Amino acid sequence: MPFEEKMTWVSLVVAIAVPIWYVATMLGKLQTTAAADINFQTPLIIAIVASVVLMVVGAIVMSVATSVTAVARGRKPEDDIDRKDERDKTIGRHGDLVGYYVASAGMVGVLILTMLEVDYFWIAGALYLSFVVAMVVGSIAKLVAYHRGF
Amino acid sequence: MGKPTRVTNRIRALRFVAGEMTQAELADRLGVTRQTVIAVEQGKYSPTLEMAFQIARVFGVPLDGVFGYPEEDRS
Repeated sequence: MPFEEKMTWVSLVVAIAVPIWYVATMLGKLQTTAAADINFQTPLIIAIVASVVLMVVGAIVMSVATSVTAVARGRKPEDDIDRKDERDKTIGRHGDLVGYYVASAGMVGVLILTMLEVDYFWIAGALYLSFVVAMVVGSIAKLVAYHRGF
Repeated sequence: MGKPTRVTNRIRALRFVAGEMTQAELADRLGVTRQTVIAVEQGKYSPTLEMAFQIARVFGVPLDGVFGYPEEDRS
């Protein structure tokens, strides 16, 4: 598996796991508090920071695992980690473009919520959801391209 | 999702002729991942013109000695 594909798996897992925690936290608060009164800012910041940290940790873990595997096969670790070739770049651009379209569609929804003057809680949630779905769909598009051809 | 390429190739045969060169060895010569060599060989990825020339150079054959493109069906 190319290193870039491994990193795509990491981003997919992070893009699914962290929002699940955020949504679960918000649903818990909605049971007892009105949306307008919920402190969503702190959990949202935690979710965003956690995503970045987990991506970095995932990259480190994947680098170490790839290096160990490479050495075990008698190869130089940098040959497997640093080797981002033209196919990786093309697939990366393809996935990013798909994610961009999804995020753009999500922004239209956020715009509508803003025009309707709904609570900031829902606007922030919709914005976060747009980015999350864009990242998930973009990652899936990359993984499909890696496996089915591009 | 890209449609399957119509470009054909003889990389597998050329590797065999070149001392049964492995996909990993070819990937190392080209500076690409082994998965990219596999994808090109299986017709799942059309390499750039630059990489196509590099592949041809590795085997010491002209470009159309490695890659082919079917004639248009005019019927």
